Amino acid sequence: MAAAVPMLALSPTMTEGTIAAWKYNEGDEIKRGAVLCEVETDKAVMDYEAGAQGTLLKIVAPAGTSVKVGDLIAVIGSKGEDISSILAQATASAAPAGSGPVPPVQALKTELLQSPTPQMSTPPSSTPNNSGTQTPIPQSQAPQEQQPFNGSPSVLGGPSPGKPAPVLQSGVAPSSPLARKLAQQAGLDLRMLQGSGPGGRIVKRDVSRYLESISSRSSKALGAETNKSQSGAYTVSTSEDTIVPVTRLRQTIARRLGESMREAPHFYLRMAIDMEHLINLRNAYNQARKDGFTVSFNAIFMKLAAMAIAKHPQVNSTWMGDHIQIHSRIDVALAVALEEGLVAPVVRDCAHKGIEEIERELRDLISRAKEGNLKPEDYEGATFTISNLGAWGVEEFTAIINPPGSAILALGAIKKEAVVHSNAQGEDSLVIRPMMRATLSSDHRTIDGAVAAAFMKDLAAIWEDPAKALF
Amino acid sequence: MAIMTYREALNRALDEEMARDPSVFLMGEEVAEYDGAYKVSKGLLAKYGPKRVIDTPITELGFTGIGVGAAQVGLRPVIEWMTHNFALLALDQVVNNAAKMRYMSGGRFKMPIVFRGPNGPAEYLAAQHSQSFASYWAHIPGLKVVAPAFPADAYGLLKSAIRDDDPVVVLEAEMLYGTSGEVPDAETLIPIGRANILKTGTDVSLISFSKPVRYCLDAALELEKEGISAEVIDLRSLRPLDMETLYHSVEKTNRAVVVDEAWPVASVGSHIAFIISHDRFDLLDAPVELVSSHDVPMPYNHQLELEVQPGVKKIMSAVKRVLYLE
Repeated sequence: MAAAVPMLALSPTMTEGTIAAWKYNEGDEIKRGAVLCEVETDKAVMDYEAGAQGTLLKIVAPAGTSVKVGDLIAVIGSKGEDISSILAQATASAAPAGSGPVPPVQALKTELLQSPTPQMSTPPSSTPNNSGTQTPIPQSQAPQEQQPFNGSPSVLGGPSPGKPAPVLQSGVAPSSPLARKLAQQAGLDLRMLQGSGPGGRIVKRDVSRYLESISSRSSKALGAETNKSQSGAYTVSTSEDTIVPVTRLRQTIARRLGESMREAPHFYLRMAIDMEHLINLRNAYNQARKDGFTVSFNAIFMKLAAMAIAKHPQVNSTWMGDHIQIHSRIDVALAVALEEGLVAPVVRDCAHKGIEEIERELRDLISRAKEGNLKPEDYEGATFTISNLGAWGVEEFTAIINPPGSAILALGAIKKEAVVHSNAQGEDSLVIRPMMRATLSSDHRTIDGAVAAAFMKDLAAIWEDPAKALF
Repeated sequence: MAIMTYREALNRALDEEMARDPSVFLMGEEVAEYDGAYKVSKGLLAKYGPKRVIDTPITELGFTGIGVGAAQVGLRPVIEWMTHNFALLALDQVVNNAAKMRYMSGGRFKMPIVFRGPNGPAEYLAAQHSQSFASYWAHIPGLKVVAPAFPADAYGLLKSAIRDDDPVVVLEAEMLYGTSGEVPDAETLIPIGRANILKTGTDVSLISFSKPVRYCLDAALELEKEGISAEVIDLRSLRPLDMETLYHSVEKTNRAVVVDEAWPVASVGSHIAFIISHDRFDLLDAPVELVSSHDVPMPYNHQLELEVQPGVKKIMSAVKRVLYLE
């Protein structure tokens, strides 16, 4: 039986998505859970995992098309199957692009969270009759006129052989009764979930996994309070608490950094670096340029870090379980704070790029990150990462390694300090120097302490005298 | 515990009940001189004589009716149908007389009668002699219906059926007569209306009765190797149904696969699937699956004969569907 593949809400605020790329062609065999296509949401480019299994019979929305949540993007079924009814129905039910107001998702979510008895995020199943046959929505109840939660018939039809799986106009995939019940008990919005059942049906395991991911986060965050609540001092949650829905980005941050911290044995080396020469270098370059283009400290840091890494290839490696992969190319990521969370776009091959080129790429990446337009190839596969909190006046800090890299460099603010200086005659004097604390977090599985120390020694030497990078 | 066959267990139940109560008698085709078409009544004629072990002509409606009349006036007849295929001729006596007499007489007439014989697909018997009529009897208010899958249940349920004051249909299975199992040495009655949990599990409830129960057990063992924990429930009684046991299981597993070797339309299995879907809707993570025989007359070709019936592979596949693994 052929299954309609609808555009799903891949982020809680998404009302439509653009197909970035199809990973399969028509006629290809699709396994359930395979990444069918990439979808550009309002936030980022997301993988769309196939909820059905079979042959990709038809791509309805080619790459580059913008599709409203709930509308058909493809059909999966058995070879040679007649899918004309699915296609006809999709054409009939699809609202003309751009017409009608988008569902007030944000308002609904607020309402859900504040409602004393949370509404199900799926409207009550309102299959119009018991026989399971298809009853098309009358035109007068076309999607653009419908409010998702008003209880009117908002499914395309009950499940019946040969017909597409029901997709709710609100963009929520179908869900099992148990999944709905569990979600309701947990006060969970089903739109946060992606179903792994047939036709994208949200089933128990999807809810359980989501709740587990929440509890592993909150158990750490609430640890202290929970203990107090057991002693009866006060309870953990009050009605004034704000529940913040977890975005896909935040889920990713939680999962990746959690894994990194748990699996990679971190150790930390810190050095104070005299930044005078580097500051002078930057000022000289920026002033010499007549066109107003300037290079940032970060672009210089990335280049000079790459030059130090080139002398210590073990730092540019990945722990693979049964072997260590030493990367030939030095791909440096820079941690960038966005309102929604942290991203770390990557400038590839920093060792062979000039600082100006790095700067230009960095500007493009950061502006696209702020627009939510980063693609996986923009942030995946960093072999080394720099995190710079100097702008906030942070003196020094330690960072969590950004996999698959083995090391991350945490940079504090450049600050004038009194430093004891020894001249050639061995006479000490106090001088005022612009100093920066750099802390390297290393994965001990790939990098031993002495390797990291030798790397930091060279890094500091190059940063204090960038000309050393040439030797 | 003695090991005995399903056939011997039924014979022991008949023997014990006939010895215990002189009003119990056995009647049917070939039950006396020939010791029964399937040898369930072996030795009973010699022991209890021709007044209590009676060979009848090939007249199912007639001797079933005589049994109903005898029960009405105080005897406890056990009517053996050579198979349930032939019992179709006696439907009117069972449905309109045996099942209704107590109700229509305002409780003045009891109906302590047992109808028994092999039911369900066997082998190489083709369309007319290889079919399950469980739903024919389970459909009728006023009847009780049991379908033992093991010798101990066959023994204990037949004894309970003979002592019951209502008409009880016992669905035996031709393919099970020769199977062996432990039966308690001491006299034991299995109450009608109680299911039996053969194997506990956490991931899916496998619900069946009669012969396919054994397929469910085999499937559960195979599934265990794949890390899937199936609970296997033998209904034993089809009317009344032990829904509490089923509810309790589904509350734990959130998934049910019902296995019934009858056709899929209006079957005992489809009814159970409906009740679970209806009464435990909020606890289901997947639609209840029904593994039944195909909706066709039984083919004579042996490969096709096996293909149309439930089997271990079909059950495993249904389990994986409700677990969203397939």
